[in-house]
This record gives sequence, structure tokens and C-alpha cells, in this order.
Amino acid sequence: MLEFTLPSLGADMDEGKLVQWQVAPGQPVKKGDVVAVVDTTKAAVDVEIWFDGTVHQLLTEVGETVPVGAVMALLLAPGEAAPPPDAAPRPAAKTGAAAAPAAAVAPVRAATPTTAPTSRQRVSPAARQRALELGVDLARIAGSGIDRAVTREDVDRAAAGRAAPAPAERAVEMRKAIAAAMSRSKREIPHYYLSEPVPMRRALDWLRVANADRPVTARLLPAVLLLKAVALALRDYPEMNGLYVDGRFSASPAAHIGVAISLRQGGLVAPALHDVGSKPLDALMRELADLVRRCRAGSLRSSEMADPTITVTNLGDQGVQSVLGVIYPPQVALVGFGRIAEMPWVDQGRLSAMPMLSASLSADHRVSDGHRGGLFLARLREQLQRPEEL
Amino acid sequence: MTSTSYRDALREAHRDALQRDPRVILMGEDVGRYGGTYAVSKGLLDEFGPERIRDTPLSELGFVGAGIGAALGGLRPIVEVMTVNFSLLALDPIVNTAALLRHMSGGQFGVPVVIRMATGAGRQLAAQHSHSLEGWYAHVPGIRVLAPATVEDARGMLWPALNDGDPVVIFEHAQLYNMTDELPQPFSADIEHAAVRRAGSDVSLITYGGSLWKSLDAAQALATQGISAEVIDLRVLRPLDEATLLASVRRTRRALVVDEGWRSGSLAAELLARIVEGAFFELDAPPARVCSEEVPIPYAKHMEDAALPQVPKIVAAVRQMMGR
Repeated sequence: MLEFTLPSLGADMDEGKLVQWQVAPGQPVKKGDVVAVVDTTKAAVDVEIWFDGTVHQLLTEVGETVPVGAVMALLLAPGEAAPPPDAAPRPAAKTGAAAAPAAAVAPVRAATPTTAPTSRQRVSPAARQRALELGVDLARIAGSGIDRAVTREDVDRAAAGRAAPAPAERAVEMRKAIAAAMSRSKREIPHYYLSEPVPMRRALDWLRVANADRPVTARLLPAVLLLKAVALALRDYPEMNGLYVDGRFSASPAAHIGVAISLRQGGLVAPALHDVGSKPLDALMRELADLVRRCRAGSLRSSEMADPTITVTNLGDQGVQSVLGVIYPPQVALVGFGRIAEMPWVDQGRLSAMPMLSASLSADHRVSDGHRGGLFLARLREQLQRPEEL
Repeated sequence: MTSTSYRDALREAHRDALQRDPRVILMGEDVGRYGGTYAVSKGLLDEFGPERIRDTPLSELGFVGAGIGAALGGLRPIVEVMTVNFSLLALDPIVNTAALLRHMSGGQFGVPVVIRMATGAGRQLAAQHSHSLEGWYAHVPGIRVLAPATVEDARGMLWPALNDGDPVVIFEHAQLYNMTDELPQPFSADIEHAAVRRAGSDVSLITYGGSLWKSLDAAQALATQGISAEVIDLRVLRPLDEATLLASVRRTRRALVVDEGWRSGSLAAELLARIVEGAFFELDAPPARVCSEEVPIPYAKHMEDAALPQVPKIVAAVRQMMGR
């Protein structure tokens, strides 16, 4: 029996509300299939499954809010026979929080497991008391405590969030999530900031020619060149591309670039374009357009929310000259682009007008130093002088 | 504030008591010429003479009984027993005589004796010198049981214990003697209340003696993981300060007892029972405990370490309670 658990769709997510099941018991699924739509504080996300199997039992009901790591469904592994009807009790809770650093220590109560299998919902005495006071229906609450027991905090949270999440509330929640992630970033990450002016004439000229024989709908935007250039430059600077978790940095072999996209109702998300370095520009353009569209329609996929290894933010449209961004933890770098504008340019003593772009890097000083950061930006600048290689 | 060691604080407490009350005497194995097994009484023989600082034969049954007799006869004896393991030879005079006489004499006789002993493991002294049997004494009505874990309590608890009028047993964790800390001036130490050594909101770590410092370290480690642990130092193991204990648990809704004793039939078991009796409806998780493994305390360092409550065990137990 395989367990499908609610994945974390970003460092700032700790629970999600099931909006819809996309599968039914008995239905076979393949790795990558969308099996559920889950509402997070940021968006409704299409959650994908990571293994092949056949849906056996759906454990979470539509409308239920469950913590990250909660088992939402049971699946039969390929070739596995369905057990007799009552032989599949709801499994003991698994909260997905990473194993404790002290996990090597045997659980204290291991010798006398108190977690005898039971179908009864676990509710702490304090939670029961509070639910009575507040008139909250315990059956609708997913527990976050020991053995998935409902705690007093869970009841308080449920009581606070009883009203259906109106759009205004979604905006408030998203603002809270952004506040939490950005505060954590500024609290934990020693940022350093570098910026570099990048001449863009060659890139723009190349783009004009390249777009001349493309239909309007397939035309490339400068943003795509910038994303690809960042991905290629990252190949030699792995310390900008990866995640810093539990005091250790691990570089990512591929550049999954989180593209900061502001939403019409306010707030922003930064879902991933996967493995940008290995994709041709036309494919990237299609994926980017699709991502922005789905982002604004509120149908992101779970892998897009969870995977970014670096973020790129482009505020050029808004007309700012440069942006020094805040890193999205546990990532370790953020590349920012301002607007492309003509500036005086001196080349071999001659003054001319040059379209210029300010590229900036915010990076985590725990992982990299300004020297390397500077080299990375220089590589990015040079990459953009050779658009034909992108 | 002056910096002093736990050992020196105890010695000062003895000197102070010997100076303040001519009825106070100290007796025990090697307390005189040798200066005490843990050097608590070093120098006291020279200062107060052999009448008041008395080396005794190696017979716990004999000299503890003599101390109880001296208390009945009008003195205020302090009896030092080398370790709690050896004190078992004196259980009869302590439990059958000292603890009972007020009752059996219809209130006519109290036994104002103070019996001090080292307890606890962690110094590779092997099974016969390393056990923690505080809970056995805390079981017995008629005696007060103290566990000073700080320099201030080491300095301050002896005098009120001598003036309690009934037998008082004081447990000194052997790992604390070398600990140095600031001694506030003036110091204060009652022999009735538990103390909140660190305030927190998510879980109450309830402990005493040598385990206090491990619990404080664990609380520190937990703080870095976003868990706010309160640390309660029991100080008085009998009678238990239930009010402080329950007030803390009602606030944090989770309780973990850290006790170097074995867990079966233990003080930790008693504490959990009191918590469940008094705060069941306030709890967010089953109360839990980290105790010594149920084995004779081993001699080998790595095995001794593994047998005792340690910071990672405490941290893991708390995380489990928090559902992390």
C-alpha cells in the first residue's frame, strides 16, 4: 500500500485545504498525474503524484484542511492486490516535517507504544474543552499534535478560519505568508547585493531578427533571454543555485528558476520553470506564457510551487531602473532585472546611446562571497552579449 | 554577586550553621581529617574541633542512628552519607525511627536531623556509587526531601533544613560539586517551593538536581527549533510543590519529566500521576518522561552516557510530544 501525502508547496506552507479530488478509487494513476486540487494561502494548486499505482481509498474529504505530510489517500502499488475491505485502517499520522536532527535517538516511548491503532479521532483534553467553549465541530479539524491529535491550537485556528475564505481573506493570508517568508529571509539570511549594467544592443538586435520570421503568438520576449542567460551562467556558479536547509547548502544540478509573477489581486508567487538551462528558447517562451496564464488563473502545479532553486524577478515593466530583492528561503540567491533604457555609453572614447539593463544579485553570504557573486554577474553580462548561444 | 562553586557554597552553609548554633554538629565517614569524600567539610575540623566535626566508623546503620539519637537528645546534627547507595544500610533508622517518632510519640518528639548524601551518575563510579534513589525517600511521610541544584540552593537550604524540626534528607548530585556560578547576595532559599528556572510556553520540563542543567540545555536547543520550553526545578521532592507544577503545565499544556531515577515506581511516575490528576483537561499531549534506562548504571563511559537522560533524548521526547 502506498501513501499519498500532502506535499509542501513552498517553505511558507504548513497546511492545505482539499478543493477537489481529480481521481476516484479504482482509478490507475501515473507519476506526474494531477490527483487533487489543494488550496494554499497563495493559490489553488494542482497536486501531482510521484509514483504509479491505483487509487485505493481517499482519506481526506473535500473542504478538509490537513497539515503538510498528512496522508490524503492510499494507493495500491502496481501489481498489489486490494486488501479485504476492513484490513486497511486509516494509517497512523505522519506529519511531513523533516525528521528531527535528534531522530537518531530512539523515541522515548518506543517500548510502550501508546499508539494502538484506533479509528477514533484523537483530540487532546485541552482541545476538547476549547471546542466545547467555542462551539467548534471537532470532526472537521485535522490534528497537528502527537499522533495527529487535535490540539487546542488547532481548535483556535479552526475557529478563527471558520468563515469561507473570501478573496479578501486570501489576499490577507497571502500577505501573511509573504510576510513570514520575507521576515524569515531577512532574519536568517545575511544578504549581500551586487549590481552590474548590461549593454543590451546585441541581445535586442538578435531578438528583432529572430522574431521577424515568428508568428506574433510565438515571438520571444527579452524575459526569456534573461532567464536562459541566468540558467547558463549558473552552471559555473553552483553556489547560487540550490537550497540551504538545516545549516547545509546543497546545490541543485539543474536550474529550476522561480519566476516572480505579481497577481492582479495583489501579492505574488514565484513558481518554477523547470531545468531552464537545457531548454530551447521557443520551449521556454511557451512554458513561461503558460505559467503566467495558469498562475493568474490559479491553477499551478505542485512541482512548480515546491521546486524553485533560485528566483528571478523582473521589475522592468514597472519602470524601475534596478531591483535589489529579498531571497526566498531556503533558496540562496535572487537575480533582479530593471527596465531596458537607453543610456549614454562610452566605447573607445566615443559617446553613443546604448540600451542598458541593470542586473542585480542578492545572494546568501553563508554560501557564497561577493567575489564569486561578481564573477557570476559578469558571466551573465557576457552571456547576454552572445544571444545566438542562448 | 560572587562566583563560587557548589562545593564551596555547601561548606559556607556548614560554617555558617556551625557558627550560628552551638547545637549543630557534623558527622560522617571521613568528614573530619580527610575533609569529606567530596571535600565539602575541608577545614571544618581545624575550625570547629573534633567535638563538633566527627569522623565515624564505616557503618551507616550505626552513625545515622547515632545522629538521630543526638537530635532526640537536643543537638542539631548534620549527618553526611557518602552516597545514596550506601544510605540503604541506614533505611531502618531513617524510615522506621526518624520519620515516625513525631507520630509515635503523639507529637512529643521531633527529630531535627539533617542527612546529606551524594546521588547520581556521570562520573564513572559504576553501579554501586551511581544510582538515584531520591524517589525512595520522597515516598516516606515524615521526612522532607530537598534537591539543591544551584549554588544558591546549596548555600541557602541547609539552615532552614536544620530549623525544620523534623528529619530532612538533602540530595547533592555528584556532578554538581565542581559547578561554579554566581551566588547572589543576599541569597535566599526556602525549602517549600519549586522554581521556574526558565519561562516558556509550549512545554514544561519538570526536573531537579543534576538533570536541571541538561533540561536547561535542552530548552536552549529547542528554542532554536521554535519550541519554547519552560523549566521547573522541583527543589523540594517531598512535599511536592504541586501548585507551581500544575500552574506551569496548565499554561504550556504539555509536560515532560526529566528524572535520573529509574522510571518504574519512580518520582517521575508520581509527578505524571499528579499532572494527570490535576491538569488532565488542560493537556494537549500525554505527559511523558525521560528517565535513566532500567539497568544498573554502567561503568564504561559510553554506556553510562547512554543509560542516563541526555539533552538529545529530552529534545527528541519534546519534539514527539509536539507532533514534530
